[in-house]
Amino acid sequence: MKTAVIVFPGSNCDRDLAVALEQVTGRAPAMVWHKDSELPDGTEFIGLPGGFSYGDYLRSGAMAARSPIVRAVVEAANRGVPVLGVCNGFQVLTETGLLPGALMRNAGLNFVSRPVALTVENSQTLFTSGYEQGQTIRIPVAHHDGNYQADEATLDRLEGQGRVALRYAEQVNGSSRQIAGILSDAGNVMGMMPHPERAIEPAHGSTDGRRLFEGLLETVA
Amino acid sequence: MPPNGKVAIGAAMKARVFITLKPGVLDPQGKAIHHALEGLGFSGVNDVRAGKLIELDVDPATSDSDLEGMCRKLLANTVIENFRIERSAES
Repeated sequence: MKTAVIVFPGSNCDRDLAVALEQVTGRAPAMVWHKDSELPDGTEFIGLPGGFSYGDYLRSGAMAARSPIVRAVVEAANRGVPVLGVCNGFQVLTETGLLPGALMRNAGLNFVSRPVALTVENSQTLFTSGYEQGQTIRIPVAHHDGNYQADEATLDRLEGQGRVALRYAEQVNGSSRQIAGILSDAGNVMGMMPHPERAIEPAHGSTDGRRLFEGLLETVA
Repeated sequence: MPPNGKVAIGAAMKARVFITLKPGVLDPQGKAIHHALEGLGFSGVNDVRAGKLIELDVDPATSDSDLEGMCRKLLANTVIENFRIERSAES
């Protein structure tokens, strides 16, 4: 599988994501700089990493969502290329409009950095096919703005269409309906606050993130 | 006339963009400020909502629709925020 990781000034999980993708796919991803305007030919998966792109200026993800490369990412997403946004990547995806809603300051105001329990709400997706429906997994979060908010009609639609892929199994940040990860209408774009790339090897304390990338490899490649 | 001899055309137009959270959107920052005010002994504050002010120094020829476009495309996230634009001729 030919993958690409987008790198913004202020990204800090781009290398973790690259290592995870290389371990699972056997092929190092292309690292694509925010000022580039094109993705490598034949890119089959795009990862938007965590971090603090552009110093979180204006709003988390706001500046990155208007960068040249993200225009190419939006075009690729609209052609059906799978796109995963983790943490700041999720914030970028909501700012582009590829995903609905917004990620606000955590309800408790604190930066939350710890492993959390998640429930796999839908295992029939490109990104979660490596998990069992209803399975509880443990993956770390590390964010200040992870409080997912959308209007009631949007939340109902997301739930009704099976687009809530992951839900927190505990109180984390005040997200509406404990939402931790959602899918686009077409299902090829996913945003999630927890960091699957930080739960790949036994030394990480959990390997539950690895199945996400393995499942993706099976469904895409 | 400014010292460089150029007439100051287009130099003195400010646009102020006020960005506020939509009603009903949870504002943890406003809540924290509210608690801090109460902690300082100020009573009678019913609610606090925090927003942003962005000042643009623009060419006076900049149209209202351009300013609105700036707000919709970047300055505000209209999923959660409202914006209001105030133009003023002073510098």
